[in-house]
Amino acid sequence: MKNSIAAAVVAASLGFATAAQAEITVGFITSQSGPGSSIGVLYDRGMKAAVEYASSVGAEKVKLIQLDDGSDPSSATRNARKLVEENKVDLLIGTSTAASTSAMVPIANELKVPMIAISPISVAANDAGDRWAIVMPQPPTLMVKVVVDRMKRDGVKQFAYIGFSDAWGDLVYNGAQKPAEADGLKILTNERYVRTDTSVTGQVLKMMATKPDAVLLGGAATQGALPPLALAERGYKGPLYGTPALLNTDFIRVGGKAVEGVQVSAGPVVVAEQLPDTHFSKKISMDFRAAYQKANGSPTSDAFSAYSFDAWLVFLDAAKRAMATGAKPGTPEFRVALRNAIFNTNDLVGTHAIYNYKPSDSYGVDERALVMVRLVNGQWKYEP
Amino acid sequence: MNGEIAAILAMDGIASGAIYVLIGLGLVLIFAVTRVIFVPFGDIAAFTALSLASLETGGRPGTVGLVAVLAVLATAVEAVALVRNRAFHRLPRALLFYLVLPLIPAAAVWFAAGTTFSMPVRIVLSLALVLPIAPLLDRIVFRPIADASVLLLLTVAVALHFALSGLGLMFFGPEGVRTKPLTDAVFDVAGLIVNGQMLLILAASIVFCGLLFLYFEFTIQGKALRATAVNRVGARLVGIRPTSTGTIAYLLASLLAGISGVLIAPVTTIFYDSGFLLGLKAFVGAIIGAMVSYPVTALGAVMVGLLESFTSFWLSAYKEVLVFSLLIPVLLWRSLAFAGTEEEEAEE
Repeated sequence: MKNSIAAAVVAASLGFATAAQAEITVGFITSQSGPGSSIGVLYDRGMKAAVEYASSVGAEKVKLIQLDDGSDPSSATRNARKLVEENKVDLLIGTSTAASTSAMVPIANELKVPMIAISPISVAANDAGDRWAIVMPQPPTLMVKVVVDRMKRDGVKQFAYIGFSDAWGDLVYNGAQKPAEADGLKILTNERYVRTDTSVTGQVLKMMATKPDAVLLGGAATQGALPPLALAERGYKGPLYGTPALLNTDFIRVGGKAVEGVQVSAGPVVVAEQLPDTHFSKKISMDFRAAYQKANGSPTSDAFSAYSFDAWLVFLDAAKRAMATGAKPGTPEFRVALRNAIFNTNDLVGTHAIYNYKPSDSYGVDERALVMVRLVNGQWKYEP
Repeated sequence: MNGEIAAILAMDGIASGAIYVLIGLGLVLIFAVTRVIFVPFGDIAAFTALSLASLETGGRPGTVGLVAVLAVLATAVEAVALVRNRAFHRLPRALLFYLVLPLIPAAAVWFAAGTTFSMPVRIVLSLALVLPIAPLLDRIVFRPIADASVLLLLTVAVALHFALSGLGLMFFGPEGVRTKPLTDAVFDVAGLIVNGQMLLILAASIVFCGLLFLYFEFTIQGKALRATAVNRVGARLVGIRPTSTGTIAYLLASLLAGISGVLIAPVTTIFYDSGFLLGLKAFVGAIIGAMVSYPVTALGAVMVGLLESFTSFWLSAYKEVLVFSLLIPVLLWRSLAFAGTEEEEAEE
C-alpha cells in the first residue's frame, strides 16, 4: 500500500513536470500479445520508425507512451482511459484489431481527446454531432472499387465472388456491388466459406459452372489461399483478383503456384521502390523504409507499419497548427485545437495516401491511396 | 447440377466425412468408457497437424512443451495421490508411465530439432508426440472427478478445450499451416479426377474402423472396454479397473485424433483453433449414433460430410447452419423413438 502511494506521488510529480514543460504527449496502444499481435507488432515497429523519422513539433519534444492491449477490446478501452486520465495524453493512436479500435472510439468521444485509428473501422459522430477520431487505412469499399475498376480495364465482363462468411466477406461483396453496377460488370456468385473449412470444392464447382471471366477473392491471409488452390485443382485458368487482405507472406507460402498472378489493390508503400519517381508516395515511402531499417534493424515491405507512420505524420502536421493557436499541451483547449487541426488536414502526403480530413468525415483518402499489384514469382509487382 | 458435379461433391463429402468418422469414433469411445464428452478432441487433431508441419520445416513443435508440462503435472498429481495412500511401492511405475514414457518422443524431437526426417518418420514422431496428451489430461483433470455427473464432466471438458486452444496459441502461434501432400497420385476414374490424398483418407478411415472392430471383438482388453461401457459397476465387480480402461480409451482416441490430424493437414490450412469445429461436426455424427453405436456414428459422420459438401454448393453461406440444424430432427427422433430406454444412469 505504502509503495503504491509512493508510486502515485512520483507519477503525479512527473505528470506536473511534463505539464510544466508543455510537452506534447501521445498515447499509443497496439497488440503485442494475443492473436492480433502479428499485425500489432508491425504497428509497433512502424511507430518506432516514425519516432526515428521525427520526434518533435517545432521546438517541442513529443513524448510517446505505449501500452499493450493483448488483442483484447476491454483492455484497449481500459488502457485508453488510463492514458487520458493518468498520463494526460493529447492524442490517442491505436490499435491492431478492428474490435479493439472500435472500442477505443467511445473513450475518445467521452473524454474529448482526438484519436487516430490505424485499423479500418467505421466511425460515427457522437451524440453532439462531433467527431474525435479519424481513420488512417483505406476504407474497404475503396479497396474493392479500385479492384473492380481494374477488372473492367482488363476486359472482364462477369466475375464470380467467394469470400469469408463473416463481416470481411460481407464488406468485400457489398463493396463490389456498386462499382460493378457502375462499370457494367455482372457478379455471378456470392459464395462463402469459413476460415476453419477443410474444403471449398462445392463453392468452386458452382463458380466454375457459371463460367466467370475472373474470380474476386474476399478471404484474408492464410485461408485466403484456399479458394485459389481449389480453383487450380479444378482447372480454372482465369485471372484472380483480391483485396489488400491477401498481402501476406503466409498467403503466398500456402498458395504457392495456385496464387501466382493474383492481382490485389494495395497501398503504394508496399511497392515503394518500384514506383516512378513522380509518384507522390515514392520519396516519403523511401524515407520511411530508411527510418524503419534504422529503428528496427530490418527492412520492411508490409503495409501495416506504414499506417502508424502515416498516423504520426498527420499528428505532427496537425500539432504544428494546434501549437500556433497558443493552447498549451496537456490542456482541454489544446486537445480541441489538435482535433480541429486534424480534421482540417489538407493534402498531407503520406506513404499510403494524400490525406484530406474534413470535420464531416472520418475517412480522408481517395483513389490515389491504392495501386494494383500482381504476384509474380512470390513477389508483389507494381501494375500501373 | 449435373451428374459429374454431384459425383465430385459426393466424393468430397465422403472424404471429409471419413475424417469426421475417425474423430466421431474417438468421441464415442471415450464417452462410452468414461462418460466424458471429450470436447478438446479436435484440438488434439489440430495439434498433430501443427506438429507435423513444424517437423516438416525442421522446427521444434510446440507440442513438446505442452507434453512436458502435462507430464510433470500428471506425475505430481499421481505422486501426491500415491503418497497419501502410502502406496510408495507404486511410485516407480507411476514415474515410468506418467513422466518417462510421454517424454521419450518429446525429448527425441527436442534434441533432433533442425534435422529433417523423411515423411513416415515425421508422421510417426508427431503421432507419438500427441499420443500422451489425452491420457495425461485424463489423469490430471478427469480422474479426480470420475464419479461426477455427465453434465459436470462436460462442463470441465469445455473448459479444458478453451485452456488447450489458449495453450495452442501460445505454443504454435496464430498462423495456420498446411503440410506437403502425403501423395501426389491422381487417378482418372470414369472421367472423374480422384486424388490420392482423398483415397488415402478413405482407406485410413476404413482400416481403422476395421481394426477397432477386431480389437473390441477379439481381445480381452477390447472386451474389458466394452464391459466398462455397458456397466461400470458390473465391470468393476468382475475385476476390470475403470481407471486403466479409461487410460486405454484415451490412448486409442488420441491415436484416432492424431491420424485424422495427419490426414487433414495437407488438405486444408490448420490453425491452433481449427480443431474445435472438426470435433463439433464429428460430434453431430456421434449424436446420430446416440453416443453409443460405432457403426451408426460412422454413418452419421459420413452423412455430415455429404451434407456439408452439398450445402456448400447450393447455399454456402448457410452451410454451418444447416449442418448443425441437423441435430434438431435427430434429437427429436431419438427422444421420441427411444423414450424410456436411456435410464442407465439410474442403475448405478
